Amino acid sequence: MSDIDLGKRPSANRSGALKSRLTSWDSIILVLTGLVLVIASISVDNFGTSRNFTFMVLDLLPIILIALPMTMIIVTGEIDLSVASTLGLTSSMMGWLWNQGLSIETIIPICVLIGAICGVVNGFLITGLGLPSLAVTIGTLALYRGLAFVVLGDGAVADFPWNYTGWVTGTIGGGAVPNVLILIVALALIFGIVQHATPFGRSLYAIGANAQAAHFSGIRVARTKFWLYVVSGAVAGLVGVLWTLRYSSARADNGAGLELAVVAAVLLGGVSIFGGKGSLPGVLAGVVLLTALQNALRLEDVSGQALNIVTGSLLVLSVLLPNVTTAVRGNWHRRKLRQASAR
Amino acid sequence: MTVTSDRSAPTDAPLGAPAPKRFGGLLKTRELGIVLALALLVAYTAIDNPRFLSGQSIRDNLLNTAILAVMATGQAVVVITRNIDLSVGSVLGISAFAVATLMSNNQDLPMIVALLAGLAVGAVAGLVNGVLVRYGKVPALVVTLGTLYIYRGITYSWAGGSQVNADELPRHFLTFANDSILGIPWLVLIALVVVAAGSVMMRNYRVGRELYAMGSSPAAAELAGIKVARNLLGAFVLSGALAGLAGVLYAARFGTVDAAAGTGLELNVVAAVVVGGVAVFGGSGSVWGAALGALLLTVIGSALAVLDINQFWQQAIVGALIILAICADRLVAVRIARSLRKRDAHV
Repeated sequence: MSDIDLGKRPSANRSGALKSRLTSWDSIILVLTGLVLVIASISVDNFGTSRNFTFMVLDLLPIILIALPMTMIIVTGEIDLSVASTLGLTSSMMGWLWNQGLSIETIIPICVLIGAICGVVNGFLITGLGLPSLAVTIGTLALYRGLAFVVLGDGAVADFPWNYTGWVTGTIGGGAVPNVLILIVALALIFGIVQHATPFGRSLYAIGANAQAAHFSGIRVARTKFWLYVVSGAVAGLVGVLWTLRYSSARADNGAGLELAVVAAVLLGGVSIFGGKGSLPGVLAGVVLLTALQNALRLEDVSGQALNIVTGSLLVLSVLLPNVTTAVRGNWHRRKLRQASAR
Repeated sequence: MTVTSDRSAPTDAPLGAPAPKRFGGLLKTRELGIVLALALLVAYTAIDNPRFLSGQSIRDNLLNTAILAVMATGQAVVVITRNIDLSVGSVLGISAFAVATLMSNNQDLPMIVALLAGLAVGAVAGLVNGVLVRYGKVPALVVTLGTLYIYRGITYSWAGGSQVNADELPRHFLTFANDSILGIPWLVLIALVVVAAGSVMMRNYRVGRELYAMGSSPAAAELAGIKVARNLLGAFVLSGALAGLAGVLYAARFGTVDAAAGTGLELNVVAAVVVGGVAVFGGSGSVWGAALGALLLTVIGSALAVLDINQFWQQAIVGALIILAICADRLVAVRIARSLRKRDAHV
């Protein structure tokens, strides 16, 4: 967990800090993810093959990229449920623009820009008008998805150039490392550094812990949140492009329902829905855990839909377990105090 | 839930108070906006195509609203307590599949058993949500997002790719959706009873007022001696049970039920509630407003078809409407806050 958590207990000595770090949820999830990967590659046939690795990376691509800005947004205590619809809208626009005869090189930046504009609308409604982000982004979830259908109807555009669709699904030099992995690593590094090693990143935690206090400390709360939504929209736009190229199909319903998977992955990674707590490594582990589980079970011919039980249970446990351990620890502490005073 | 919501929550609280004067108060309520929008929409569509007001068309609209309105009633109660129940779509799915399986295996069971079974399945699902929220101290958004997956997953592993077809279901179960009493279809009648009972409970009964108090300020409600735990569990059980009931209605209306029944419906339900004037940070709004929201969303869909507007516009319009509704709520909240401040300044 973040240092905010540690800051609450200034008396915690080094070993205490280490202990709380080891028992924190994001360490648990990291270990769990490692275990799943090891067990799956030993016991599941074809799990460890490079071909399956490529599929897995392609499967986690949309969730992991959208989760990067989503983590920041949830850390500030807000939420963005419109990301999957932004993805759908950019995918639709990509197909429409392609039908208009634009070159793919101009379409891609335009699509990212469209995503950013979607984010601007969210950001303005939330920070400019002060509307609750949950309600606003449920509204824009319907709005953007609706516009996606208006643009493209229920048809599909499929004839994208091979060198682009091939790049997304291909590997570096035909080897084991998928091309998109570079993109994932690069973006994850940038977001990780910004969130955990810059004043801006620290200010996100301050906003999430107490927006009013953050405001009085000179943090531009509204402006920060606004830009987070713009970035979230732009990344969703980029994922819309990648999604379209991966399946070589621009459809209005691309990525429907993905917002819940992303939020689930972020919360599973130990980010508090109330803001102020959480780390990017935990979230990345959460995404990998979910995708690896799904992949391994699919190879074992278990229905992916039945896996929902695991996803949901992990999500609830990720918040429930820390609460229970805190309660148990509190009881234990009180009993110790009582014994001490009785003596 | 969000930081901005905390700031504006207290100013919204007065909205939740029931209209004080009989008629004058009714005119000032937030629900009037929806009624006006609905009236305008119906009038415009009817002028364009008078058949929109024919008995069959009205009947279809009401039938389509019924399931959504039942779920919106439960959701409104939960949202008023400053919580949310995202699992309703999955609860509808598990209940629809359970009841359809039950009825196809026992052809002679009367309809009332099906309804009770659906209610029971939903109530258990809701109880799990409530216990996790209250005693696990897990935020409702997280719990119900988790159980959204869990309940859906259970349905999928139970169904295992199979589905219950209309020809396996008893006749009386299928005709229930179209049968009517005094000219009102059963489905609509059930929805009306649910909405009316929910409205009266929230408006006139002690427990309803306590739920508003909990939504306005959870901490203050606890200090005021309100049985917060009992009420919260009750709200989630109600929401679950009504989603379960909606599952039975769904199975009866559509006949064919697979494990995907009701997927994504939670967003429509939340949309209906928000459009109906229930603020997402609790303490304001009404059950009948939420039901009107459900009606408005349904009528928009059928009006587009009648007006020969591209069906694809429907979702975009719904989205715009949600945003418009929360903007309106915000505007009212700001105005109330300002007038309160002015009043305080004079004292």
